[in-house]
Amino acid sequence: MPKVTLIAHDGTRRELDIPSGWSLMEGAVQNDVGGIVAECGGGCACATCHVVVDPNWLAKLPAPSATELDLLECTAVPRHANSRLSCQIKLSSDLDGLIVQLPERQT
Amino acid sequence: MPHIVVVGAGQAGLQVVESLRRGGYTDALTLIGDEPWLPYQRPPLSKKFLLEEMDPTRLYFRQTEHFNKQDVTLRLGISVTQLNRATCELTLSDGSIVRYDRLALATGSRVRTLPVPGADDRRVCYLRGLDDAVRIKARLLETSRVVIVGAGFIGLEIAAVARALGKDVTVIEAQGRVMPRVVAPLVSAYFQRVHESHGVRVMTDAPVQAVVNSGAGLAVRLRDATEISAELIIVGIGVVPNTELAAAAGIICDSGIVVDEFARTNDSAIVAAGDCTRHRNTLFTEPHRLESVQNAVDQAKVAAASLLDAPVPYAQVPWFWSDQYDIKLQMAGISTGYDDLVLRGAPESGAFSVFYYAGERLLAVDSINRPAEHMVARRLLLAGTKIAKHSAADVAVDLKSVI
Repeated sequence: MPKVTLIAHDGTRRELDIPSGWSLMEGAVQNDVGGIVAECGGGCACATCHVVVDPNWLAKLPAPSATELDLLECTAVPRHANSRLSCQIKLSSDLDGLIVQLPERQT
Repeated sequence: MPHIVVVGAGQAGLQVVESLRRGGYTDALTLIGDEPWLPYQRPPLSKKFLLEEMDPTRLYFRQTEHFNKQDVTLRLGISVTQLNRATCELTLSDGSIVRYDRLALATGSRVRTLPVPGADDRRVCYLRGLDDAVRIKARLLETSRVVIVGAGFIGLEIAAVARALGKDVTVIEAQGRVMPRVVAPLVSAYFQRVHESHGVRVMTDAPVQAVVNSGAGLAVRLRDATEISAELIIVGIGVVPNTELAAAAGIICDSGIVVDEFARTNDSAIVAAGDCTRHRNTLFTEPHRLESVQNAVDQAKVAAASLLDAPVPYAQVPWFWSDQYDIKLQMAGISTGYDDLVLRGAPESGAFSVFYYAGERLLAVDSINRPAEHMVARRLLLAGTKIAKHSAADVAVDLKSVI
């Protein structure tokens, strides 16, 4: 299972094993990572599962869709250049070791 | 030790439990649900779950260890048969008795069944829970002709999935257009065209009179005696709130468990949240009942706050969404009582929003493949910001600049 490190706004690190094929959001929510809200349950419809991807990993992710880009303009905390919605990050062995930071708030 | 009991392990029930623990409640807490599953997400049942290979456990909100860590007692696969308010006791279907100090009712809703002869055939399916979705998913694999009764969100979402799976699909709606209760005629017309362009036969003004046997399969009989044959019939004609437990215990119900803006019933020890309530929201003058994720989550937070004796009134903008094919329909606010519509963007482009006004007051916004406008609309509606119709109509005006 790909291992993912989530760094909360206060610096706390959580390491999660998330099955391949799942989204990062699904893995984070099932493990009660408080910094991910995911109001819409993964429909790419709400911008409350915002994460900031470690720059070294950004190029390994498929480019965001137009919908995701649109929503990234509506995050509670303004986006960074390396911001993504975690419901759109599908885990695979290629992403084993992924590191993301969580914004201060999602709503 | 005080004991809070939550009846109903859907999205609202789970949220009450989560909010209580996050709010500092450390005493005994029990969550009772009549389904055998851990609390799970319902929205994907009519969308991704039906379409893709997907383990049901992937829909879980939390894993078992989470409830252990949070010291939440789960009683799953068990229903509550009686509520005795005099003794503060619940009787469960396994015969056991659970005593409560405070109680949250999140009993949800159940599907409305098709009230016509022959509809009790087991090839007539309904989608409410995970078990239903598992059954429909299996049935879809072995059928080629699907008839869907009811062109609401559920019916149209299933129609989209069934077409993606290559099925022959007919949608039959009793009223004159699709999604008649929730969107304006121009939005209905847009979605009907989309479904037709994907090969769905959409029949409106077509109330079903009976379900009859037809050769090896079934057929739906319409008012003019036309019969539409089907191997599988899926009915999505709305839901009924589960109020029986509360009503039998003397809690005031009126097409829903009646609660105030603090999610309190007429019993000071009992709150209620989610689909089962007829509730007050301070943004509206009239009480209403809403079946949605937003209401389940936001009202559950209000209910938990009341249980923690730190009441906050319910004042949230309702929002809803529906995924059909590659189209995302998102609705903010309640459009009831609108007298004018303003279109932003062109339907032909496949991305537009519709603003519902009563006089100069904005009531609601439907966004079609415009998720950012939906998010902005929610903020506008919450703040009560005035937005002139000519600004709403002008795509050159950045709505965010209006906030």
